Amino acid sequence: MQVEKFYYDNKTVKMFAYATMFWGVIGMLAGLMIAVEMYFPALNMNLPVTTFGRVRPVHTNAVIFAFVGNGIFMGVYYSLQRLCKARMFNDVLSKVHFWGWQLIIVTGAITLLLGYTSGKEYAELEWPIDIAITLVWVVFGINMFGTILKRRESHLYVSIWFYLASWAAIAMLHIVNSFEIPFSPFKSYSGYAGVQDALVQWWYGHNAVAFFLTTPYLGMMYYFLPKAANRPVYSYRLSIIHFWALIFIYIWAGPHHLLYTALPDWAQSLGTVFSVMLLAPSWGGMLNGLFTLRGAWDKVREDPVLKFMVVAVTCYGMATFEGPMLALKSVNQISHFTDWTVAHVHVGTLGWNGFLTFGVLYWLIPRIFNTPLYSKKLATNHFWIGTIGIVLYVVPLYWAGFTQAEMWKQFTEEGQLKYQFLVTVQHVIPMYITRSIGGALYLTGVFLMIYNLSKTVASGKLIANEEAEAPARSSEVHTHGKEYWHRWIEKRPIQLLVFSLIVVAIGGTLEIVPTFLIKSNIPTIASIKPYTPLELQGRDIYVREGCYLCHSQMVRPFRDEVVRYGEYSKAGEFVYDHPFQWGSKRTGPDLARVGGKYLNSWHFAHMWDPRDPSPGSVMPRYPWLFQNNIDTGITAAKIRAMQTLGVPYAKGYDAIANNDLKAQALKIADNLRTDIKVKQLSATEDGIDLKNLENKEIIALIAYLQRIGTDIKNSGKKQLTELK
Amino acid sequence: MKFIHYLEKISGVDVYALSAFSIFFIFFICVTIWVWKADKNMIEEIKKLPLSD
Repeated sequence: MQVEKFYYDNKTVKMFAYATMFWGVIGMLAGLMIAVEMYFPALNMNLPVTTFGRVRPVHTNAVIFAFVGNGIFMGVYYSLQRLCKARMFNDVLSKVHFWGWQLIIVTGAITLLLGYTSGKEYAELEWPIDIAITLVWVVFGINMFGTILKRRESHLYVSIWFYLASWAAIAMLHIVNSFEIPFSPFKSYSGYAGVQDALVQWWYGHNAVAFFLTTPYLGMMYYFLPKAANRPVYSYRLSIIHFWALIFIYIWAGPHHLLYTALPDWAQSLGTVFSVMLLAPSWGGMLNGLFTLRGAWDKVREDPVLKFMVVAVTCYGMATFEGPMLALKSVNQISHFTDWTVAHVHVGTLGWNGFLTFGVLYWLIPRIFNTPLYSKKLATNHFWIGTIGIVLYVVPLYWAGFTQAEMWKQFTEEGQLKYQFLVTVQHVIPMYITRSIGGALYLTGVFLMIYNLSKTVASGKLIANEEAEAPARSSEVHTHGKEYWHRWIEKRPIQLLVFSLIVVAIGGTLEIVPTFLIKSNIPTIASIKPYTPLELQGRDIYVREGCYLCHSQMVRPFRDEVVRYGEYSKAGEFVYDHPFQWGSKRTGPDLARVGGKYLNSWHFAHMWDPRDPSPGSVMPRYPWLFQNNIDTGITAAKIRAMQTLGVPYAKGYDAIANNDLKAQALKIADNLRTDIKVKQLSATEDGIDLKNLENKEIIALIAYLQRIGTDIKNSGKKQLTELK
Repeated sequence: MKFIHYLEKISGVDVYALSAFSIFFIFFICVTIWVWKADKNMIEEIKKLPLSD
């Protein structure tokens, strides 16, 4: 058979490798910053762009889509070429993919800091960027498919299956969850409301973990771990079962993020059942990875690459054991809204994603630069610093999580709640401090790696086009024994893609569709009315400042929550919430029933300086809300967008909405101007303009806060009618 | 966008879950059977792909 000569493209691999390191540092620095702000809120210097609510989405988006994203592309571009025995399909597409993705990241970071956010966790980027992501994803897909189609190797190794399924699932998740109605060049409202928005969002959110942070990295594990250990994977058969079972089951597990919420019970149960089932394929994969090292554990002692990979796979095992446990309702009622979840996530991201990326970088950079690693010792030091960093990060947060849950639920013998919320916050501050030290150590390790790898790069020369040889793919099919159906699909990438997509779509469709179609899922509550224009503006400020990242709006039906916050939340309360703002973490108290709980002046003083009415609070100050005017020019567009989404504002209301807005604002401003506390504040502090108060954003925010959860409170239970 | 509620009641929704589970279960059994019966030499050949570049 004729042997063909060709060249692997290492330049693109190098660029993605550099990008993953660069964005890793940026994303982790953002993480460290907000970790410190959790006990030292003044670190934001009272600027909007450095405040927790705006930096946190930068952290999550940067580490997921920039650090891990570029890590995925680095791994795929390196391994796919070699597994297919072919150069990437098109060099121009590779360039467009690389630079397009970096542009998305930069635009994303800037817009998030400026407050342009869709308000949905891990999907915060606004609509123009969502479109750009779709386009670049398609470019990546064409480049990947083109390579697979022109391959010289007839078999498709299991890593490629993982890459294909990840590509298809991410495309589907991104498109479905990004369904939104734009009302300005950079702002939109979610196409879904309340319960439906929550279900779609967590179907997306959970599967972003599954198909962005897990399956592409499993593909990388199945390629790079055998490479680094120089032995084939323990069981290829197990990897096939791992693949199909994982992608099928994963897609169902999303509702475990919404246990005990207003999501219909059947959907919650489904989420729990599939989450528990997920344990089997996840551990199958983990054991497959670890058993690959059987007989080679002596190498682990010597080789930092294997050290990183072993801890990565172990962390994958720990996180995927813990995940199903957290999906059990009895465990979830303790863990949800606490720092336990944050600890769980970071076992996965710091351990699994971070360490696997570092292992691959240490393995790959010396190879494409044709030189040995500058210092094995330094890499080993990185390993230990990183490992200690992970432990110091997660252990205090587990502790904080248990503590929060315990303290929130304690009652005195007289039947009163034992602890004020603020007491529970102050109690966990030492844990937050330790966590930030752990994070700082982990980041120090990354700097060590960058130094080590830059020295390595300096001592070698990039083999931009690496020469390789392979026989052309034969058109005749070699069979071993009898052909089975799976053998058929496993050689046909397009069919494999379509089949993977069907498998992941089944779960999503069967779970989401009934929620949209069945009327009794969302009982209509007669007293629930759309937001007034001022409240709507205030709600958008709430979303802009990322309040949902620390405050939930979901009272679960537990004794302590009902006593602490008020009536538990009903599905019908959220029908006009585009997007839903249930939140996933309570660094501060729940706000679902905050409306009418405090005076306007309390909110005023609290937003000016939270430590004034609440000494010891860790919430940042929001002085810019007292300076910025409400953007009334956009009110009409907002009302029209809401009308498009089915919110029942009267026809033509957009034209007169600002009249109502101004009247309501004036009422609140007048109320504040007569308040003694507000007068005192304006006399002693710079930056409070009592004269033009009705035009300021703080008034809109107060209007919204005073509205939350009041429709039910005021109506009494009689009006809770389920339409038959 | 207005979502129209086509169905009035939640009863019968278990069909969705059961059918999905059945699809998965049947598929899972098929994959397992294939994996069980697959040719050993072929599996060995594919298994070694990452080491052969």
